[in-house]
Amino acid sequence: MMELIGIPPQALFGQLMLGLINGSFYAMLSLGLAVIFGLLNVINFAHGAQYMLGAFVAWMLLNWLGIPYWGALVIAPILVAATGLVIERVFLRRLHDLDHLYGLLLTFGLALIFEGVMRSQFGAAGMPYGNPLPGGVNLGFMYLPWYRGWIIVASLAICLATWFVIERTKLGAYLRAATERPEIVQSFGIDVPRMITLTYAFGVGLAALAGVLAAPAYQVSPNMGSNLIIVVFAVVVIGGMGSIMGAIVTGFGLGVIEGLTKVFYPEASNTVIFVIMALVLMVRPAGLFGAAK
Amino acid sequence: MTAATMSPALSAPAKLAVAAVVAALLVAAPFGFYPVLLMKVMCFALFACAFNLLPGYAGLLSFGHAMFFGGASYICAHTMKVMGFPPEAGLLAGTAFAALLGLVAGALAIRREGIYFAMVTLALAQMFYFFCLQAPFTNGEDGIQGVERGTLLGLIDLTDDLTLYYVVAVIFVAGVALIHRIVHSPFGQVLRAIRENEPRAISLGYSVDRYKLVAFVLSATLAGLAGSTKVLVFQLASLTDVYWTMSGEVVLMTIVGGMGTILGPAVGAAVIVMMQNYLASFGEWVLVIQGCIFVLVVSVFRRGIVGEIKAAAERRRARRAG
Repeated sequence: MMELIGIPPQALFGQLMLGLINGSFYAMLSLGLAVIFGLLNVINFAHGAQYMLGAFVAWMLLNWLGIPYWGALVIAPILVAATGLVIERVFLRRLHDLDHLYGLLLTFGLALIFEGVMRSQFGAAGMPYGNPLPGGVNLGFMYLPWYRGWIIVASLAICLATWFVIERTKLGAYLRAATERPEIVQSFGIDVPRMITLTYAFGVGLAALAGVLAAPAYQVSPNMGSNLIIVVFAVVVIGGMGSIMGAIVTGFGLGVIEGLTKVFYPEASNTVIFVIMALVLMVRPAGLFGAAK
Repeated sequence: MTAATMSPALSAPAKLAVAAVVAALLVAAPFGFYPVLLMKVMCFALFACAFNLLPGYAGLLSFGHAMFFGGASYICAHTMKVMGFPPEAGLLAGTAFAALLGLVAGALAIRREGIYFAMVTLALAQMFYFFCLQAPFTNGEDGIQGVERGTLLGLIDLTDDLTLYYVVAVIFVAGVALIHRIVHSPFGQVLRAIRENEPRAISLGYSVDRYKLVAFVLSATLAGLAGSTKVLVFQLASLTDVYWTMSGEVVLMTIVGGMGTILGPAVGAAVIVMMQNYLASFGEWVLVIQGCIFVLVVSVFRRGIVGEIKAAAERRRARRAG
């Protein structure tokens, strides 16, 4: 088979595919962060831990209750989102009128608790989760495992559905209005505090859903979230949290760039997103899609 | 909070008394406690006090201070072990590196504020962590081990724990005194003005970004001094000190002791280091306990230990005056 700029196409497309998969997770997580930040003005540091919890709940459902992947895909996010309801009601609500940094510190503490509990129960090493879609298809230029294809299709669908709900429905209009002027929306008789609680739970559920999708692709391990969330923070700084579509495009785009870096200059693949963040900060400090807030 | 930070909580003789008690405790402590543990406390106390310059006085929460602490310790260990630097030169090299790194990271990070500032510093520190993981001179997972303590200025042999203890105590006291000086200088006043009302500080003609950058570099430099000193104590530089958990720990120490107080972070560092020491056998539960302290402090105890004491003293004074 012919080579493209000295790189065999199998390797190139394989890394592109892995990049798209990482990008799927960046997009889903930064989307959830942006939705939560919009209404609560809190950066949810526990987002990575909640993604990890999603994967662990899926593992427990399978190994303890015998509930397969497709069931976990629905049940795990709902369970983790329920913990999000409690967290918002018990902790975050009390911090609403304080400096936003307290929300960051509180959720950082929660992240440590979740990760510590999981590590003490399951150890630091990863646990495998069986692939629900074994096999794949040869596309001629590359081999596509079914499950990888499913991750990309599913996360695209989830991202676009979220975008549609927020930008094109009445519920989303309420949400956007409450982001801009909560007191006016409240005066129209809409229960804004409940909306805030449900929004947080929705963002948390989204993180858990990403965790379930990730479980068969990666190992289920306690630190899977903390490593990812820092990259997602960089993604959020690059994209800015002003726009939902911006979060999706930046997430997928950076995943692909990371994948290409693995092909052409593997030493930099861990750091390329941080380097891009530094460049964006120099040229366009508010982020690519961001308005200064 | 504004009024409390502007008016001194203690009168001049009371301050002198506090200083005398601290000095007496520092001199006597190694006879009651294991000196290495005390030195560890002082290294982290200096680290936390240096960190506190940013969130406590300039309103900038850095979530990446591990890069200055751990980065300086790598440079100090490398120059001493491989290049044969004496301890004073190693300390200087580590601290200078942290200052330089602080200049670069600070110039980038101060372009954003608030939550974004925290995320940018965290991401930059993670980038530095990956650099340390891959760079050959750090020895990856093994770290730089077995660094000889050497002889300070060619005079003081540091192999004895008690001798080293007093050297570390001098570094610690000098560092905290410098921080006290910075906070109570006109420069410190401008920082507080920026924290309270940045647009007004700009309208008064202060170049806010330059003040923030200088504060960032000072904080990074002193954090680097703490990290370099830690190399002398443990004769080791490792990845733990540049990992994000270390950045989180210094935040925890600072809020437990009291953000925006001079001695609060030192008290917080002592509490957390002692806790880690006594709870070491609990393994992963230490992480859970730290998380619980975070949640507890942020929910109900936001002023921290020293902050609460200060507030109580002020309430009493107000009652007496009124």
